[in-house]
Formats: sequence, C-alpha cells, structure tokens
Amino acid sequence: MQAFDDVVVLDLTHHIVGPYATRLLAAYGADVIKVEPPGGDIARRLPPFRQPRAGDVPRADGSAPPRQRHGAPVTAGGEPTTRDHDQSLETSGLFLYLNTDKRSVVLDLRSALARDALRRLAERADIVVENHAPGTLDRLGCGWDFFHAVKPSLSLISISNFGQDGPYRDFKASDLVMYGFAGEMYSMGSTDREPVKMAGTAALFESGSAAAVAATGALFASRRFGIGQHVDVSIAETHAGGVDRRHATAIAYQFSGRRTLRASGSGSGMPQGIYPCADGFVDFTNAGGRPERVADMIGEQWARDPRYLDRLSRLNADIVDEWNAHFIPWCLERTKREVWAEARRARVMCGPLFSMEDIFTDAHFRDRGFWHTVQHPVMGEVEMPGRPFIMARGGWQVRRPAPLLGQHTSEVFHDAGMSDAEIEALSITDAAHAEQEAR
Amino acid sequence: MGHKPLEGYRVVDLCVVWAGPFATMLLADLGAEVIKPENPFVFQPGTRGGMARPPQAVLNVAAAWSGGYPGNVPGPRPWNYCPTFVSLYRNKKSFTVDLRRPEGMDVLARLVARSDVVYENNATDTLEKLGITYDWLRRAREDIIFLRAPAYGSSGPYANARALGVHLEGVMGHSLLRGYHDAGPSENTAIYSGDYMAGTQGAFAVMAALWHREKTGEGQLIELAQAENAAAMFTQALMDYSLNRTIQPAIGNRDIFGHAPCGVYPALSPGTAATMEDRWVSIHVQGDAQWAALRRAMGNPPWAADPRFESIAARAANHDELDRYIGGWSAGLDDYEVMRRCQAAGVAAMPVLEASRMFDDPHLRARGFFRRQRLQDAGEHEYAGPMWRLPETPVEFAQPPVMFGEHNDHIYRELLGMDDTEIERLRAAGHIATAYDPSVP
Repeated sequence: MQAFDDVVVLDLTHHIVGPYATRLLAAYGADVIKVEPPGGDIARRLPPFRQPRAGDVPRADGSAPPRQRHGAPVTAGGEPTTRDHDQSLETSGLFLYLNTDKRSVVLDLRSALARDALRRLAERADIVVENHAPGTLDRLGCGWDFFHAVKPSLSLISISNFGQDGPYRDFKASDLVMYGFAGEMYSMGSTDREPVKMAGTAALFESGSAAAVAATGALFASRRFGIGQHVDVSIAETHAGGVDRRHATAIAYQFSGRRTLRASGSGSGMPQGIYPCADGFVDFTNAGGRPERVADMIGEQWARDPRYLDRLSRLNADIVDEWNAHFIPWCLERTKREVWAEARRARVMCGPLFSMEDIFTDAHFRDRGFWHTVQHPVMGEVEMPGRPFIMARGGWQVRRPAPLLGQHTSEVFHDAGMSDAEIEALSITDAAHAEQEAR
Repeated sequence: MGHKPLEGYRVVDLCVVWAGPFATMLLADLGAEVIKPENPFVFQPGTRGGMARPPQAVLNVAAAWSGGYPGNVPGPRPWNYCPTFVSLYRNKKSFTVDLRRPEGMDVLARLVARSDVVYENNATDTLEKLGITYDWLRRAREDIIFLRAPAYGSSGPYANARALGVHLEGVMGHSLLRGYHDAGPSENTAIYSGDYMAGTQGAFAVMAALWHREKTGEGQLIELAQAENAAAMFTQALMDYSLNRTIQPAIGNRDIFGHAPCGVYPALSPGTAATMEDRWVSIHVQGDAQWAALRRAMGNPPWAADPRFESIAARAANHDELDRYIGGWSAGLDDYEVMRRCQAAGVAAMPVLEASRMFDDPHLRARGFFRRQRLQDAGEHEYAGPMWRLPETPVEFAQPPVMFGEHNDHIYRELLGMDDTEIERLRAAGHIATAYDPSVP
C-alpha cells in the first residue's frame, strides 16, 4: 500500500519541471499516465545517455545499435511491447530518473480520435498536469474547458515559464534565464564578473518540487470538497517567492533600501566560506557563530586566544586575517573527510565538497539505502538515487522503471474501456500524422 | 469564505532556520493552521535572525538579506524583523512556552493532542534532549504525523553532523558542479537551494501522510534527510556517474545539454557592481533555428556569419569568442531592450534582476504577484507573493509574519482552554511572553 495509490494522474508534461512533479506523486503510489506525442518526451533525447560498455550484448542480427542524436549508442535488451520502436529513445539517464513508475501512452493530440481517448483517460483521473506553452491545449481543444466539462471536480495543473497570463506569457525561457530573472542569481558570483547560476538544471528541479505541492493541494481540494480548478504554476513565481534568499533579498530592500552585493564566498569570519584542504575543499559557511566549538574542533592552543573568542573583536578584519593564517594550514594538513570528522565531533557546521564519485562510493549513503537499482529493458541494471524521504507507512516504492515510449498504450486504453479496434485506429492516426510531419 | 485544501489540519511547527519553516509556510498557504511554540529563554540562530538583539555593527556587516532590518536599525523588537524570518512566517501563529520545564512539556502535549502534524528540522539530538520523541508524541495523539528533516538522516556516521543547506549541498556535489568554470569552488557564493527542495518536499510528504491517514487512520514517522532530498537537483551529474562513471565539470552559465550560445552578457548599466547597479542579461539559444533568430535580433552582424559559429558543435567549441561578440552587442543596450529584441525573435533572454528591480517588472506587476503586509513597528511593505495560484482555493496572506508570542492568548485560552489562574501561573513562571528574556543576547 502506498499513500497515493488511489490517485490517478493524467500527465501531459515533458522535459523536466512537470515530469519531476508527477514523478514525486508516482513515487508515492499514484498511477501516472504519461501521454507522449508520437516522437516521445523531449527528455528522451537529453543526456546523460548510457554509453556502451565492454560486455554489452551485441544485437541478434549483428547490426550496429542505433545511435542517439547526441552520439550515445544503445545496448541490446528487452524489446518494447507495443509497436516498432526506436531504442535510441530509451537510454537517457535523465528521462529514466524523471519517469520511473509512470506508464506511457502515445497520443497525437492533434487528432479528434485522440481527444476522445484523452476524454476517457480524464474521466478516470483525479488531476491533470501539463506544461505546454500557455494556450496550446486550448488550441488543440483539450484545455481547461475540455477537462472541466469532463468532470467538474477535476483540476488541471498548468506549469509554464511565466504563468497563464501577463505580458511575458509567451516568452521563451530556460533554467538559466528563469533563475536569472526570478531567482537570486544576481548576487551569485564575483563582484568583478557576471552573475553565475546553479549547477545543471537545479532551478527546474526546484520548480518541479514546488509544482508537486501545488498539484497535491489541488488533489486535497478536489477529494475533500469536490473543487476542480485550473491551477497556474509560473516557474518564475516559484523562484521569486522561494526560500533560497530571493524573497528575503526583496523584502530586505523594502525594509532597508539595501541591495545584496554580488560577492565571492560568504563574507569573512572565523571560519567562514570554503577552505582548501589536503585533498579538496571544505565549506565552513556560518560556522564562526560558535567560537567555542570551533576552538574545540581545532584543538590547538592558538585557537583559544581570547581575541578570537570575543564577540566584538571578532568583527575586526585584522584579527580575522590573523586567525585565518593559522586556520588555513590546519585545514591543509587534513583531508576533507578528516576535517569533517573533527567538525562533527565538535558540532561545528561544515561540509566537505564531494564529487559524484565521492557520493557514489560513500558508505553513509550506501548503507542508508540512498541508491536504488532498477532493471531497465534497454539500459539493463541501473543505480539511481532512491527515496526523497522515508515514510514509515505507505511510502516510496519503485514499481516499474521509466516506460519505453508507448509501452502501456494498449494496456491503459483497454483499462479505459476501449476496444482493440479503437486502439488500433489511434495508432493509425498517429502514423498518418507522423507521415504528414515528415512531408 | 471559500475552502482551503488543508483547512482543518493543525501543524505544530518545531522548526528552525529555513528548510522547515518554508515547508510549514507552504502548508499554511494551503490552509493548514500552523502553530509555532517559541521559547523566551532560548534563541535559535538563523530563525528569528542571527541574534535576538543584534548590535547595530553586526547588522551593518551582514548581507542585506539577513541584516536589512526595517530602517536599518535593530528596532524595539528585533526578533520580529529579520528579512529571512519575515519571508517564512506569514499565515502562522506563534505562542511562547519553555519546553525545558515539565509544565512547558505539558503545554506541548496538550497542543499535540489537538494537532495532526508535528514538523521539525533541528540537529538530530535536539528534541531528544527535551524528551520529544515519536513515542512521546503518540502518547499525546495516537495518529500523529511526525516529520523529521535532519541534514543527513538519523542513522549512519553523518547523523550528528551540523549543517545548513549550503553544507549539505557541498556534500551532495553542488559546490563542485556550480560556479565559474575557470575559477575554484572557493569563489562560490553561499546559496541554499537544498532548503528549497527540503521545504517543498517536506510539505509534500506531510500531505502524503495526511492522505494516507484519511484512508487508514494511521499516523506515522517520516524522515526526510535533507542531503538525500537535495540530490535530485543534480540528476544529470549523478546519473552520468552512475551510468558511465563520468564526473561532470563545473560549466558556469553554459548549457548542460551542449547548446550554444548560452550565457550572461553585460547590458547598459547605470552603475557598477559595487553599487549594485550593474546590469546583465541572460541569453540561451537552443538549436540552429534560434541561432539564426538571434543573428537577426542582433541585426545580422558580419562576425555572426563566421563558419566557426555555424553549428552547435562549432559554437560550443568557440564559446568564449562568441561570448565576447554577443557581449559587445548587448553592452550598448538596456537589459529589457535585449529581452524584447530576443523574445520577439523567439530566443530565450531575460534581464538578470537585482531583487529591488523585481518590484518594477511589468509582468510581475500585471500578474499581481506582490502582496502588501503590515508589520508592527515596521509599517506596510510589499512582499514576494505565493508560489502558485489555486484560483478556487486561493493563497491569502491573512496573517502577516508572526510576532513573537502574538497568539499567546488565543492558544492558551481558546485552543487549550486554560483559565485565568492557570495562564497567570504560566506567565509568572516566564512561559508566556512577547519578548525574549533579557538574558538572551
């Protein structure tokens, strides 16, 4: 039993933000029906791809494996269950993570038959989540009015860059562009250089996580009070109102007229910021607030100098410099794990800067069960990050790996009461559209 | 008044700093009644500011987002004004009680008996020292939902590590993955995206547990290890290592999927970075068609026809030089003008807004994003708005950022049903207050 195992999510999302939101619901039991266009979710074409390895089994007919657009060949493995299939769409590690536990159906929403099929799915759904450009679903005849007519208690969660209205409604964006506009990017980096963003597409994962909360809120309103609504999640607003300093920099300006300077590190202190050590770096941001603990961590006589412990003399830049001249060599004599062990003993805030290799091999995370192995029909055995949180009851489970494109088309539409002939007609429509596209 | 998704659920907020309070604020935005017990004798650094009574000198050297108190002074009740605090405490109730004393724990037990959820994100042994455990809570309320959000979990060698979001992001790889590609990680500005993830997913976890309780009647213990939770943000890097044993490098503002150009470019600036009046615009071109569109938006400069910029691979290989050319174009233009020209051509580009400029942005204005709130001693200001719009169950900023002990009377008298005698006894013993004890710095 899982918490959301009585919830059906009709998932019209693609790329990262929407799929991450619905992936969280799926991880805790929801039946997430992922509707993909004939070519599949764009994330199927985004890296990292599983690269070929020694020991991969060659294809039975001796042919070369299909090549990904970005150059990653795929390995032989299980065959898709429904239709002729391009295996190059099944090797993205990003897609795998984002779509684990979902079922995939292929529908070309441009056809009237497909909209009828979509109606059948919507009748059985509790919420619909989508992240098309605003207005797209309306133009296809399956926007808010369509879903509201199907079932008044059904909510539609629309995720978009800037929201469903306003002057930027139709603007293009990306993780960089959104985070720069609405997140606290301006103050990240060096004073004499350009602002710099977070890693990868972190900003989009944040927004996906926020969207999951909005979607679940809508589920409660629907289940408890029969309220269906068109929820508007603007990625920009998930950052402008977010905890990572942006809402605080905004109100700080309102309060004081002060703006937040873009400056490397996190100010000066004893210690403060990132320090080099024997094999890398350790982060001591805000650790200086507990001088007694810091002295205990260092464990050397110099650290107990009263000037280093006094609340006001500690604000003196010369004293901070003098202290750091002692502290940097102390760090350099130790590995990042050794520094962290001393910090943990003395209850000093600290974090070593781990690489992906450090994390992957780290015993703490392994022993706690952070990694989870899935069997994927094309990629084989894959280790991926597991549960985002641990519920004692009704918690996280992996029921199936991310679906192959259209893997569940037949199964899902049968469940929705459609006949073989009706399902077959859908795929013919898809093929006709694909041909039209090609021309 | 209409319904709220989580109306009727009561949450006891034993949270500190940011990640926990962010979660409970989201629950409050959705209609839960969130009640924060606060101790007049104990100040938790990072929650209602760095200190209860910060000296002016400390505020002056702090970053604006933590030291920018109203009017730039500590004020009569400084614990009510820290920018990071007021950002996380709308729609909540506050009452005071000293949980280090038995009668304080008795008050908490009576509150828990009337609550659905207890949420905490303290260092691992903090609540145990007070005697607050899952078993203790269950004795007060059998089906209680107890969410604990320690940094690294309650087991394993890192269980007792002290951490803010920034430290656990270092451990989860973010600090090596972000920042300028040509500078070391010690240049990185401290950020707290892990708090964002843990906060949103903590709220999500509580809702999952409430959903489960509605079906089964069962409460439960939830553990959200913030480090494990933050990992999802770095999915591409984690999966690349897991699949291929590849360690991805820091790429600064470049596109993780290899598109080019992608970067942050100078715009016409009224001042310098030192006065926080430098202006920048981000531009992200995805594909050859968008590159052609950007060339048009720039007025088809001859340099852009160079074969070195012809394909995605070529542009990526010559990215530094491409950046210099684009920067040469953008530097003469207002950042919003770059945005308009690029967006008209279908290219993603937006100004990189310093926070004060958000309030002038026409789109956020047109959307009605900002909300006015009045805070005692500080007056009325515009705050960043809610994270989403649920039109039939809207997020209202009904309760401004809560003052210390603001709801003492409501909680003790109305919720817990205490009489004057009992309340006076607790007040005399120092439990009920609207200021920190003078012994608290």
